[in-house]
This record gives sequence, C-alpha cells and structure tokens, in this order.
Amino acid sequence: MDGSHATGSPYAPHTDAEQSAMLEAVGVDSEAELFDIPETVRFDGEFDIASRSEQETRRLVRSTLAQNDDLTELLGRGHYGYYVPSLVDHLADRSEFLTSYTQYQPEVSQGFLQALFEFQSLLVELTGLEIANCSMYDAATALGEAATLAERVRSTSGHRVLVPDQLLEGRRSTLENYVAGTDLAVEAYATADGTVDVGALEEQVDDEVVMVYAENPTIRGTIEERLESIGSLAGEVDALFVLGSDPVALSVLKRPADVGADVVIGDASVLGLPTSYGMGLGLFACREEYLRQVPGRLVGVSEDATDRRAFTLTLQTREQHIRRERATSNICTNQAWVALRTAMHAASLGPNGMVDLANRGVTRATDLANRIDEIPGVDAPIHDRHHIREFVARTDQPANVLAADLEDRGFAVHVVGDHEIQLCVAGVSDDQLDSFAAALEEVAR
Amino acid sequence: MSDRAEESLEGAEQVRYDQARYVEDGQYEPLLSEKDLTRVDIGDTGSDADGSDDGASADSPLPDDLTRDSLELPELSEPELARHYTRLSQMIYGIDSGPYPLGSCTMKYNPKFTEDVAALPSGAVHPDRSERSIQGTLEVLYRLQDYLGRIGGMDAVTLQPPAGAAGEFVGIRVAAAYHEHNGEGHRDEVIVPESAHGTNFATAALGGYDVVSLPSDDDGRVDLDALEAALSENTAALMLTNPNTLGLFERDIEEIAEMVHDVGGLLYYDGANLNALLGRARPGDMGFDVMHYNVHKTFATPHGGGGPGAGPVGVVDELAPFLPAPRVREADEDGEGDESTYELFDPEQTIGHVHGYQGNWLVLVKAFAYIARLGDEGLTDASAKAVLNANYLASQIEYDVPYEPFHHEFVASAGDQDAADVAKRMLDYGVHPPTTKWPEIVPEALMTEPTEIESKDTLDRLAAAFNAVVDEDDATLEAAPDRTTARRIDQTAAARSPRLSWHALDDADER
Repeated sequence: MDGSHATGSPYAPHTDAEQSAMLEAVGVDSEAELFDIPETVRFDGEFDIASRSEQETRRLVRSTLAQNDDLTELLGRGHYGYYVPSLVDHLADRSEFLTSYTQYQPEVSQGFLQALFEFQSLLVELTGLEIANCSMYDAATALGEAATLAERVRSTSGHRVLVPDQLLEGRRSTLENYVAGTDLAVEAYATADGTVDVGALEEQVDDEVVMVYAENPTIRGTIEERLESIGSLAGEVDALFVLGSDPVALSVLKRPADVGADVVIGDASVLGLPTSYGMGLGLFACREEYLRQVPGRLVGVSEDATDRRAFTLTLQTREQHIRRERATSNICTNQAWVALRTAMHAASLGPNGMVDLANRGVTRATDLANRIDEIPGVDAPIHDRHHIREFVARTDQPANVLAADLEDRGFAVHVVGDHEIQLCVAGVSDDQLDSFAAALEEVAR
Repeated sequence: MSDRAEESLEGAEQVRYDQARYVEDGQYEPLLSEKDLTRVDIGDTGSDADGSDDGASADSPLPDDLTRDSLELPELSEPELARHYTRLSQMIYGIDSGPYPLGSCTMKYNPKFTEDVAALPSGAVHPDRSERSIQGTLEVLYRLQDYLGRIGGMDAVTLQPPAGAAGEFVGIRVAAAYHEHNGEGHRDEVIVPESAHGTNFATAALGGYDVVSLPSDDDGRVDLDALEAALSENTAALMLTNPNTLGLFERDIEEIAEMVHDVGGLLYYDGANLNALLGRARPGDMGFDVMHYNVHKTFATPHGGGGPGAGPVGVVDELAPFLPAPRVREADEDGEGDESTYELFDPEQTIGHVHGYQGNWLVLVKAFAYIARLGDEGLTDASAKAVLNANYLASQIEYDVPYEPFHHEFVASAGDQDAADVAKRMLDYGVHPPTTKWPEIVPEALMTEPTEIESKDTLDRLAAAFNAVVDEDDATLEAAPDRTTARRIDQTAAARSPRLSWHALDDADER
C-alpha cells in the first residue's frame, strides 16, 4: 500500500507493517480469518459500485444535483426557506458539534448539553409551557408523539383524536401510523374560511375525545382567531389541546399557554435550516404535569462534584434504552444538531429580530396579496382573515396550468385546489416578488 | 500505571479542556444569561409604560387580541455569539477530538468533503417542488436506494425514516400491513432477544405488539430451543441484529430464518451492526425479509450530538408494496435520449407516511457521497479493518472478554469494578470510554467498538487507558473524572428536581 488508498477505505489509517503486527498480535494470517461467517451465507459477489477519488465524487454529486432547476420558491405550507445567517453554518459545522454522539458522558459534553438546554429554554419562552424536549424528527412525528402521550395520560377513557380537515397529508398519514398500534382513531373536523369551524367542532367533541389538534397559523397561512374557544371545548371533556405552530409565528402570536394549550408541536426548523427537501426539526413542549410521560430527550441542570453548575441528560428512565417496551417513545437518535442550528439562528436574531421577522411575514404577505389581487384573473387572498407569510389565491386559469406556466418562467408555487394556488413570501426578496408579479400577470388571464 | 498511560494523563486533552474552561467565582461561563435577555413588548401602541428594563417595543401589524404581550430572549452581537458557541464547542468530545469506542454506536470519522457536498445550493429545494424541476435530487435518492439495496441484498428500499428507530418502526408497520393483507392480522407478538437494542422493544410496543423476550444461550447467541418455544402462529416477526450486540455472528442464521418463516413470521434485521459485514455477508442472503440501515453509523455521516440520522429500510419483493409513500423510481420513457428521468410513486399497498416529507435529506446526500467515494473496495476494507481493530484492541487489554469470536465490537467485563466508574476514569486518560453496563449478559459490561478508523498507535493508547484503570481502587474510580470540563455530575439530583430551562433556574437559583 503506497498511502494513496487506490483501493481500500481511504479512512482506515493502517500501514502494511502495522497491519501485519496487528494480525500477528491477534494470531491470524489474514483479516478474512476473523470473519466467523458460515460459507453458505458468505457474500462473494460485488456491489458493482466503483470507488472514486474525493474530487470525482464531488463532481458526481455536483453534476447530478445541477439537474435541478433554479427556481424562485414561493412555497411554504409548513416548510419555509428563511435565509440562514452564515454564522450558523460556520459555528454549527465546528467538528466538535458535528462529530459528537448523544451526551451519555456529560462530563465531556457540557457544551452541547448547554446548547440543547438553551434550545429547550427558547421553546419554553415561545410557548409559555413549562417544559420542552430537545427535539423530535419533525412536526408530523411530533404530532404522532402527542397522540400517544394523550393516550397515556387519558388512558382510562376515549379513543378519538380530532384533527382539522385541511391537515397536511404527510402529517395526517404519519399520525395514522403512530396510532396504528393503539386504540386511537383519527377523525377530521371541518374548517371554514381557512380556520377552524368552531361550531362544527363543538358538535364532534364528546367524552370519547382524548385530543383536539389545531394549528396556528393554519396551513393556509391564516391566523386562528378562536383558540380559546377550541381550548375550552377540549378542556371541558378533559382532552388534550394540542397546538401546531413554529418559532417564527410564535414570536408574535398569542402564547399557546395563554389559550389553554396542553402541548405544542411543530417544526422548529423554520429557523436554522434552509430548504432541505423537507428535513425538519420537531418541537415538543408541554405542561409540567406530563413530565414523566414526555417523549424524547431532556437536558437538565445539576451540579458536579465541586458543586458547580453542570448539565446532563435527565429523566432517562422514560427512554427506550432503559425502559425498553415501556418507554414513552422509541425515539433515540433525534435532531440535536438541527436544534443547535435553530437555537443559533434564534440567538442571532434576538427578540427584536424574531418579532421583526414574524411581523414582516404579516405585512409582506398582505402586500403581495393586495398587489396580485389587482391582476386580472387572480383574486387574493380568498380567506378574509389575518395572514402570516402566505395566503391562498383563486385563479381563473386551472391552477395546475398556471403553476406550470409560472415554473417555465422560474417560479414555484403550490397548487391547493382546481383554481387555487398558495403563495409564500418567507425567504423571497422584494425584487423576486416584483418579478413574480410580472410573470403572474403574463400567465393569469 | 504504564508509561503510556502516564503520557496519556499528561497529554494534550488536559490542555484542551483547560483552555475551554472559563471559570469565574467557581462558575463556568454561564448560559446566555439574564444579563443578555431582552424583553420586547409586542402589539401595544408603542408606549413603554411599564418601564421594564431594557424594554423595547415592536408595533405589530396584528390586533392585540391575536398577539402575545412580550418576548424575552437573549440579545447578543454576532461576535459575542461566535465566542459563545466556539466556547461551547470546546467543551465537547467528538470523534475529531479523539477515539470514541462506543459499542454499537459505530463512531467513525466523517469525511469533510461530504459537508461541502451536502451544502450545495442545488441540493436545497422545497419538498413541494414539482418532480420535473428536481431531477437531480430524485436521481441522488434513486441511486442511494439502489446502492443500499445492493449492499443489503434487498429488493426495494425507502429512504424516508429519519433515524434508525424510525426505520424499525417502518419495518414493524410494513410487517403488520403485510400480515393484515394476508388475513393474518391476528399475529400480535414480536420476538426480541434480551441483548437487543432498547429501540427494538420500544418500537415493537409502539407498533401495538406484545414483546416476547428471547434469552441467549451459553455462547451468547440465540438459544434455538428458546426460539422454538417462543415462535407460534401469533408471531409477527423476530427482530435480530447480526452480528449481535456481543459482536458474535449468529451462525445458525439460516436455521433461525427457516424456523421464523415456518410459522409465517418475518425476520427483521437491525442494521446497527452492519459495519461488521460490508462485502462479507448480506442480510438479504441470510434470509432477512426487512432491515434498516443506520447510514449515520455504517456510512459515516456525522451523528451531530444526537442526530439527525437516517434509517432507510430495505425489504424483499413481497414486502415492497407496503413501503412508505412516496418512493423514487425511473420514469417510463419511450427510449428517447440516454438520460433517465425520475419520478415519485406510491407503492400499491403503502402504509403511507412516517415523516412529514421525505426524511433527512442532508444525511442521505452525505451517505450517498460516502458510498460513492468508497465503492466496493473501500466498503469491504472498512469492515475488514473494523474487525481487525476490535480483535487487536481486545488482545491488548487486561479486562476479561468472555465471548468470542467477535467481529467489529467486543464486550469486556469490568469484573469487581463498577463499569460506569471505569468509564468516568477513562475520561481522565483522554479517551472516550466504551458503552457501559450493556448488554446485561456480561457483568459490568464495557462494550467496545473502535471501528476501522483508528490506527495501531491510537488503539495502543486506548488499551493503555483500559489497562491503567484495571488496578485502580474504587475510591479513585468514584472520584473520577477530575480532568474534564465538569467533574462527576450528580444525575440523581438532576432527576429529583428537574430544572429544564432558564425559566426554571430563575426560581431555583436566584441568579
């Protein structure tokens, strides 16, 4: 071996001499002798995967991904392309953050534990609830975990979980999978004008309901105005009121704790992650009384042997590696590094920056809606509500035709009905919005 | 103590931690603390009437009854934040800091170029983009599905599960859907060996199954008689990892597969230990019907302090119709041109989604790049060196290793010592310790997995750390560590009075 690693793993550092010495110490002639695999199941074939240099591999990935079209994305619906400051990339990519494992040895993990503690603190401040874990996979899986929590804390009666009929398919389907092993059944309740139809919901709520789920803002970008009423309906039958939201919206919207929410779930990756093909960061905050039933990892404060403040994973007796089949969740690897990025992004914005970002989502969405409402062939917004970041517009053209025409001109939009498109301003510059409005005018009529 | 261990004690790690240590009046550099918190009042008319300290006011375009009153978060400049997070990073031990032989976790070096590859702007797309506009993304996913299928000997692969345990959950849900489809919905038991990863038990329970625990035989492998007794017409699946958590290859795997299949059950492969087998054996060839891959272990994508990972699932043809939606395939073309196009599709009997979108893309693209870099020769050699390293390290340590022949990991016993204390003491010697007290088959277990990335020199240093602790007394062990950022941390106190945010600290600490 000449050190160039033309063959073999480029990340295995053994020289020929070292390898020989090690084989001798073990008492075998070759590595192959160490594999205790019966001949009948031994693999003697090839994967037929070529080995490449680092340079060739980079070229392969770059040229493959270069086939993606470069579009301006006016896309949202739970996943937002906010600009992430360079600070976040550079600090989060420090290899101590990137290459460490779960903090099972807290004495050499204080930095990460503190960062996660700060993340939990961020969510506690945003939600007004007493506790938050240090991440789930995404909003959909966090919703599933909320339902299984509801089953545990309301295990004596009931099996119905109520969700809005406009719930994203990915969230609803993930929830269905999470409750498949329980007695819970998921039912939709009606929405009207983009928000909860509280009257219709009231009809459906009875003693059999263990969880009522609502979102603020809704998936259509509207702000839910009757959260207290929804919370009361849930509270009257002792069902958990679970609210879906995100850190940017929560910077200005009413605190979930103040409208009776028992649990807040959502995707926290709106801060810290660019558009990354749907990769997420599940946020999970809840009331303190569910502490021993909470899923996921928790970082707490303790003291070390010299009485100094120190951080550690805590209440691990809820977790799968200790409690096994009686654990509150099967989650193990979570999204810790993404939580770090989110905390960094939030810290870089500060409270003023967070509030500004949210408020701009309100004013810019309103501005865009007003502007394109002037365009013949488009009515916007269709919901007579307050909006944040995004809204739905009605189009004279079939929406899918319009979307395809817009894509040819460099813009991606959601199709949410036969004659409905949804537009989002998060992460889109004013110049891009100007260009978009011009393009829409060309194709909308 | 050996010279080598003395050297370790006086080595570079001590310096590193001391540099990171910022002590003032007996405190570490604190949290983003109350001095940094700024309160913004929201939605009032801009009058800062209550006179709150540092209060700022943000006019909201929304009516008061829809907005919160205030938001209180740290307000720091960019340079302050850069220092804050740099200091935090200096108080973390990662695989780039030193050896990390955490059994079953496969802490491998993560090549740096994959970070650049994952950061390519063209890789950053919204998940609702049209298929025609993200052909590059779909091609990477398609090729990764294909690579993983070949490596595992599986017919079809989904990339959606965002972690290994999520992959297990897909496996269990797919098994349930398959049995249901065949009119076998009565099967309500999943068999899990006692030594299995805790996730296996939790996943089976989450799937609604009764968990049947399977004891090991005297050799540390599946006890075939116990398996025979556990199997029945109610068996939905057996979850197994091979080699198992003792690093031992289940030599009877073909017989095990036959026994499970004979009663109509499915055989599930936990991919946590796949790093031991690359190019030597494939789960599909051993009779496994469904498996998950821990790409953040086997394929060297960073663990990120606890995620994100990714847990793709491979299945045999019979189970492919039940996989999560959507998957990626080559589109039917009329033979025009030689470039393939790719599309998403929903498998016929799909269980639906297990993630809001398509899982952890950034992790997947790193895994793709890693596999493409290593290829056949690199992957096969990685396993060979991983197994050589484990065997060499075991031959150099004085602790007893009761079960063999093992592959990529071994479980030593700390004997009369407390394994958790041994681990704390090893921190003082500048290395990360093994996984402790698990699996329970071995008393005071030290479960050790050096992986292929460590050199003989590093393994010798690791062995020196093990051997330095062997003869140390309980008092020394219990006092450890004393050369780390924090000394021994009281985990009982943390659990007894949980303080989980800076809000909780305000009350308890009167900072």
